[in-house]
Amino acid sequence: MITFERVTFRYPETDRPVLNGVTLTIPEGELTLVVGGTGSGKSTLLRAVNGLVPHFTGGHLAGRVIVAGRDTRDHPPRELADIVGYVGQDPAAGFVTDTVEDELAYAMEWLGVPPATMRRRVEDTLDLLDLSALRSRRLGDLSGGEQQRVAIGAVLTAGPRILVLDEPTSALDPPAAEEVLAVLTRLVHDLGMTVLVAEHRLERIVQYADRILLLPGDGRVVAESPAAAMAVSPLAPPVVHLARLAGWHPVPLSIRDARRHAEPLRDRLATLTAAAANGTHRSPAALSEPTAHHDGLRRPTPDPVVDVRRLTAGYDGRPALRDVTIRVDPGEIVAVMGRNGAGKTTLLAHIAGLAVPWRGDVRVCGAAPHRLSAGELVRCVGFVPHEPSDLFYADTVAGELADLPDGLSTLQAIAPDIEPRRHPRDLSEGEQLAVALAVVLARRPRVLALDEPTRGLDYAAKARLAALLRTLARSGTAILLATHDVELAAEVATRTVVLAEGEVVADGPTASVVTATPAFAPQVARILHPLPWLTVADVAAALAGRR
Amino acid sequence: MSTVAPGRAGVTAATRRAAERTGPVTQPRDGLHPGAWWIWATGLAVAASRTTNPILLSLILAVTGYVAAVQAHTRLFGFFLRLATVVVALRMALAVIFTSGLPGHVVVALPQVPVPDILVGLHIGGPVTVEALLNASYGALQLAALILAIGAAVAIADPRSLLRLLPAALYEMGVAVAVALSVAPELATAARRVRRARRLRGEPDRGLVSWIRSALPVLHGALERSINLAAAMDARGFGRRGSAPRWRRRLVTAGLVVGLLATAAASYALLTPGTPGGVGLPLAGGGALLAALAVLVGRADTVRTRYRPPRWTPASWIVAAAGCAAAAGVISAGHIDAAALNPTGYPPVLPATPGIAVAGILAAAVPVVISHTTPDMRRIRARTGRPNREGK
Repeated sequence: MITFERVTFRYPETDRPVLNGVTLTIPEGELTLVVGGTGSGKSTLLRAVNGLVPHFTGGHLAGRVIVAGRDTRDHPPRELADIVGYVGQDPAAGFVTDTVEDELAYAMEWLGVPPATMRRRVEDTLDLLDLSALRSRRLGDLSGGEQQRVAIGAVLTAGPRILVLDEPTSALDPPAAEEVLAVLTRLVHDLGMTVLVAEHRLERIVQYADRILLLPGDGRVVAESPAAAMAVSPLAPPVVHLARLAGWHPVPLSIRDARRHAEPLRDRLATLTAAAANGTHRSPAALSEPTAHHDGLRRPTPDPVVDVRRLTAGYDGRPALRDVTIRVDPGEIVAVMGRNGAGKTTLLAHIAGLAVPWRGDVRVCGAAPHRLSAGELVRCVGFVPHEPSDLFYADTVAGELADLPDGLSTLQAIAPDIEPRRHPRDLSEGEQLAVALAVVLARRPRVLALDEPTRGLDYAAKARLAALLRTLARSGTAILLATHDVELAAEVATRTVVLAEGEVVADGPTASVVTATPAFAPQVARILHPLPWLTVADVAAALAGRR
Repeated sequence: MSTVAPGRAGVTAATRRAAERTGPVTQPRDGLHPGAWWIWATGLAVAASRTTNPILLSLILAVTGYVAAVQAHTRLFGFFLRLATVVVALRMALAVIFTSGLPGHVVVALPQVPVPDILVGLHIGGPVTVEALLNASYGALQLAALILAIGAAVAIADPRSLLRLLPAALYEMGVAVAVALSVAPELATAARRVRRARRLRGEPDRGLVSWIRSALPVLHGALERSINLAAAMDARGFGRRGSAPRWRRRLVTAGLVVGLLATAAASYALLTPGTPGGVGLPLAGGGALLAALAVLVGRADTVRTRYRPPRWTPASWIVAAAGCAAAAGVISAGHIDAAALNPTGYPPVLPATPGIAVAGILAAAVPVVISHTTPDMRRIRARTGRPNREGK
């Protein structure tokens, strides 16, 4: 269905090819997962399938890409629109009309589909993706998950045989991500569509893949079966890491398979737990804390650095937070979780002094943040918005940090290999986050607030971020982390707050909060349930302690 | 006033809540044809432009406001209401400052500012007369009626829904206009984000230097957005062509543009009192013919189809006719008694009010009644499930 013949591609004004001599064939009706670190060329590979590379990016493409018999060299993206549906990283950026129904019809209008057929396809797609209730809504008013489903629907109506998606779940909360993935597997199994997906969060999707394209980062593309690829790949979800630790063969990719293997491991860990209860062994962090914490039961500390009391707030007359009370002490890492639109960003914006509360009280470092001058504010709260590039305005990394006394040395400590002469917007997501963190941390703020920091980060970048956050917390910085990434929360957060519809529905130690419901439980917890371990590192430490 | 699709089992509570919160903001698909509303509004605007009679103008204002209150997107109409208020206030202020110098009943005498002799007839300050104020208020009312007529059309039928009606030959121009229209809000959003970021960086978020430094990221963001949009449109098939050769497509577009311009010029001539009718009519006819020809040829060339184009229903006829009635009433009243339509306020007496004009304007309020019947018509159509066809 898709054939690459010795494809080599270089972006304009660069020497290093992003794709180098790639030869591969993707057969019809397969769900193919593209795996690789940031900057390894995943997006380039995907965009080459519908001709956006090189028709829109420029650059030099050698070799041939044949899609359903058409060479992308002679066919610009618009001539491939009837075969390939492409959904980019940010669905909202790909919308070309104003309402859901118009968006679904757009491609068909250009393909000249007869009006009666168009109407039927729109109705069928609305049903398939469960969008009927949204048909006349404005696209800008939809939540992230809804936007993603509309974006998929908008390319489906054109009746393509191939669907190409670039990180379709990265901006979505776990339940919304599962909805989208369920749709994709349905398209593959019921309609025999060929689906090509790039995704960093392998834990969400790897079990559905028929084949994996591994991009090691040197321009090569290696096609493998999922089990074979995961047995060796440095990029792997927690379930695979746990399998490697426990020596399971073949490597399980789904929770179901892993649980079948996990019986002996659970038994071993259960005896460890019993031993820990007798005080003879190192116990996992989860066991050292009381298991049930609730809002009112938490012991009040004398001097919280963030003190939000009964905050009610919102935008444009719509409430986004209702009666929210949260305290954060120095040295705590608090994960704020919840579905898209639950009020996570609004809460962070109020703590960062970007918005004025309707009712209630926000105190950070003992003052109301929205009344502080910009200079005072940054020494108290550092806020990294979910688009870190929003913070940039210079044309080099050095320029971004020039005004800050410790700017470059802070960046050196976080990410030593970023070339200070590069343009900030050319950096990968992980590098952009590092520069934004350097900008914010150079002021030595007492509170650090991060909005969705793991979007677009590969596992290595995430591990570096986790290590940095732990170091900062040890030196007394209070950290707030709005995230959909349960694995990251499980790894670093000491406490987790769950928001729903603007209200706090859970606030307690991460271990008890994330295991309370399956939707937000990390993979290791699901595999080892009912045991309280959350991460592979915890399990490894427990097993090592036994030896 | 939108139909909500029959609820499906899978609709989540969150979506339902969100729908209640924001409410439907777009035009219903099977509502009246947007063109009908623009004809209605144009009719009222023509009526207003032909008279300064305060009674007729007040009637036009009342009818426009009533229909808009029932039919329109309230916030958008509110904007035009404020605009009209400002214009009226400005017009009255000018009347007080620049006095006419004509004799009349003095309301208040302001100190007069000496004016050089070259500016003959210009008086700044001095006695303000009832007559001058009345005269100015007639003009102000006329402006307000014009603004609100256009405002009602914009608020009832989104101008972007008109873009969808453009013939294929003009479609690309329409897209350029639509993208251009979206640039301003896009820039405003980008500017807000960048200023927020400046505060996050601990730098002043006000002042000239701050604005200059934020210009680069704002423009950068807007540029990125437009490149993304172009790529997205292309990936979805925008610009796919039929087999017609390029010269023929260009000819069609040129014919359409020239035809429409001629028609516009002709209607201006026809509507402006005092222009000889001999020029207007042939020009209008020729222009319309050229445009229609271009549309027909262009339609045969294109592969593009339309999704659920708005349909011209009997109700659309009624709405359009109601607007035309207002224009016809006022214009024919002008032929009977021109003086009654253009009172000057000298002397300050209540002008005579031609009955035929009043009847015409009141007829323009009929769309209020129409609105109450359309939901039923929509439901009937939904049940029969007849697909919409493009007229070819």
